[in-house]
Amino acid sequence: MTDPTTLTDPTTLTDPTTLWHPVATMLDLPHRHIFHGQLLGREVAIWRADDEFINVWENRCLHRGVRLSIGTNDGTELTCRYHGWRYSNRSAGCTYIPAHPADAPARTICNRTFAAVEKYGLVWSGEDPIGKPPIVAALDDGTPFTLRNLPVNAPSQVVLDQLRQHRFQPVASLDANTARMTATEVNDYAIALTSTALTSTETDTTESSTAVFFVQPVDSDRSIIRAVLTEVPAQVEQLGVLRHHATALGKLVIAAETAAAQLPPPEPMVATINQVSLALSVMPEPMLDRQAPLRVQVARKWITAQDIVGFELVSVGDPLPTFQPGAHLDVHLPNGLVRQYSLTNGPGDTSSYRIGVKLEADSTGGSQCLHNTVREGDVLAISEPRNNFPLRRDSLRTVLVAGGIGVTPMLAMAQALKPMGLAFELHYFAQADEHLAFEEIRSELGDAVTTHVGLSPDETGAELARLLDGYGHANQVYICGPGPMLETARTIATAAGWPDQAVHFEYFKNTTEIDNSSSFEIALARSAVNLHVPPGKSILQILRDSGIAMPSSCEQGACGTCVVPVIEGKIDHQDVHLKQSERDAGDQIMTCVSRAAGDRLVLDI
Amino acid sequence: MTANVATTCTDPVILDQWHPLLPLDEITTDQPNTAVLLGEQLSYRLDANGDPVVWLTADADATPLPILVEYLYVWTCLGSPPDRLFAIPEFSEPDRRNVHAGTIGVHVSAPRAVENFLDMGHFPFVHTDVLGAEPHTEVVEYDVHIDPDTNDVWATECVFYQPRAATTSTEGQMSDYLYRVPHPFCVILYKTTPLDKDRMDVIALFCRPTAQDRIEAHMFLSLLDPDNTDAAIRKFQQTIFGQDKPILENQHPKLLPLDSRAETPIRADKVAIAYRRWLSDLGVTYGVIPVSPTSASVTS
Repeated sequence: MTDPTTLTDPTTLTDPTTLWHPVATMLDLPHRHIFHGQLLGREVAIWRADDEFINVWENRCLHRGVRLSIGTNDGTELTCRYHGWRYSNRSAGCTYIPAHPADAPARTICNRTFAAVEKYGLVWSGEDPIGKPPIVAALDDGTPFTLRNLPVNAPSQVVLDQLRQHRFQPVASLDANTARMTATEVNDYAIALTSTALTSTETDTTESSTAVFFVQPVDSDRSIIRAVLTEVPAQVEQLGVLRHHATALGKLVIAAETAAAQLPPPEPMVATINQVSLALSVMPEPMLDRQAPLRVQVARKWITAQDIVGFELVSVGDPLPTFQPGAHLDVHLPNGLVRQYSLTNGPGDTSSYRIGVKLEADSTGGSQCLHNTVREGDVLAISEPRNNFPLRRDSLRTVLVAGGIGVTPMLAMAQALKPMGLAFELHYFAQADEHLAFEEIRSELGDAVTTHVGLSPDETGAELARLLDGYGHANQVYICGPGPMLETARTIATAAGWPDQAVHFEYFKNTTEIDNSSSFEIALARSAVNLHVPPGKSILQILRDSGIAMPSSCEQGACGTCVVPVIEGKIDHQDVHLKQSERDAGDQIMTCVSRAAGDRLVLDI
Repeated sequence: MTANVATTCTDPVILDQWHPLLPLDEITTDQPNTAVLLGEQLSYRLDANGDPVVWLTADADATPLPILVEYLYVWTCLGSPPDRLFAIPEFSEPDRRNVHAGTIGVHVSAPRAVENFLDMGHFPFVHTDVLGAEPHTEVVEYDVHIDPDTNDVWATECVFYQPRAATTSTEGQMSDYLYRVPHPFCVILYKTTPLDKDRMDVIALFCRPTAQDRIEAHMFLSLLDPDNTDAAIRKFQQTIFGQDKPILENQHPKLLPLDSRAETPIRADKVAIAYRRWLSDLGVTYGVIPVSPTSASVTS
């Protein structure tokens, strides 16, 4: 059974990259630690997140190759020591690059991950492992007890060869030296040994202990023995058992290293580092289209309602510019997306900007990024505040109607109207009490705020009809909320006699499907330039391609930032920003989505 | 195991460069001492006239190698050196403090160290509260060009917020930087000085590669600083470099990969990308992982 022959011919071994190997014990992964492991010549960074997920990653940052194991594990992300790049638990996707708050490329930088499974108190991984980690019936049926790991300066097959000759005693007779050993090969990198005590009478009253020895191939010349006993020894016996195995394995290590020294040094294993994708290998172009001149730091991030997070943004450089009630910001996110959020600030308060972000169930990455990735201390690039939803401050009565997260611009408006002594009422529709956000602002506004909670669409319509019943001179209504509610409110207001000029609204987004199949000419009256707009391109894109700096924000026909005056030509309006009367006038166009209805438009630029 | 990186240099581009051996004032005796350059052991001493002399230790005849004394250092060459070393005109200005600030062994290739020296993005994270501080992490767009006359790589219009940019700083400032790479393993930066808004401090890193993956890093400064002692200037500089050393020694691979698909650049790395291409164009193979012919087709 212990045949001290030559080493196993390596060509007959299973390809080790297809096997699961132990790479750490669970004790190597204390809270918020990063463990530096190695398998088959490849360094890995192993870390346990606060959700208990075990990450096994290539141990180098994709940016400049610095070991991630010298970085920081904050429980959800791993931060590289060199440039503060953050990589997410599980996906290993890069979530934040501090050097570029403004023009984060819309691309996914993802570190190389390896499978990880916890079993027998060990963490198992592999280059490209097939199936499941070694299943050892004796361990699965027993109560595995993991011994301290033992590094050996010897190739794994030298260690295994020594293990085939290894001897230890069963728990009941540690001091004897007469046990009978039987070996079972688990695979080419693991062996199970059973030690059976021979009673003096050689009857069937035998006592046996089994240990499984996993040999982790660290590199061609280094291994780690990870031994697991099938049963937890009784408390009083543990110290003796540990001593016994430590002594036996200590001798084995000396024998293995002595044997290895007789062999020619093996070639080191080469762990190929994957090339980054072609798209990631080129320096991203600077983002010039959408200007984001301000840098702010997230000073506070708090949950203000269910699924709604408040962000307080303070300037990193110059004081923040002033704003008007109803204004919004473009927020440039670390994932390259740009999103618009209304300010909730009261008048003149430029110490910080405060916005509310609702986690959208169908988020394409904007609200998810802000909720899950952006954290206090992060730097973001934002535009200057823009106001495409201006508030008249000369009204006898102002009705503010908010649906859900549409409350944010309404809070800014209400705070502007209150100190002026102008009559206003804020009606805040929400699905449930726990969805009502910004309690601290609403309480300051007092009785002017009425909440309408849990109404069905029909009930909401009835309530709106009641609120908007009776238009009076110099009355204004401002509506911000989800599309269907907004349509209902506009219809009701019109039916109740509110003129178009007194009804103001802001859509979250434009849900109409944009038809950009037409092709037409645009003439720029002031610069005497003619341009062709082909199918698939917007007027905005064509203007920018011609070197004309154009402001824009939402780029979906909702916010109104990219408006351009029209001198001549019929317009195919596809935005949701313009009111019907403004559409009918035909003298302005949202260049991001709207097009010519005919074959030519003359623009006043 | 590391035999392939410890062998003697066969790269003609690097063999024909001047390399900084050590500061002139550290050669103080006619008794030979030794230092390693490009895997070769060199001996040096003062001759009878008190001038430095350098030879290959293995050379029984002790034939002197070419030497040059420039910018406080003794430079030597194992191949055919150019007539002159790159110019640092500020060195000769009468009101300058020229200081060598120490020599630190680092287990990394010379071009990795040069690239780190060219990098502003790590200031808030590695040199926290000295050369940078959060939230001032942004690296704003800067310009990069190759000087058509000298073939030096330049990064200009670099700006970074620094809490304590130099020994003479008393408060945070926006520092203006210029970077210049005049030699594959030497790099110079010019930065705003708090004392004179029209002139710049000069800080240089001269690397002596002892192996492909090991250097002796020399720090040279030419400052407008009449007040601080040499010791204070050295301490400041050594603190900075001491913060870089553990980062550099944890880079993998240690040799600088020139294949554009080896690592992931961002816009802040514009000068590093130019430096890597410049090394490729020079044909440097020592201390780098050259672009392999098979991957060359996808690097353009």
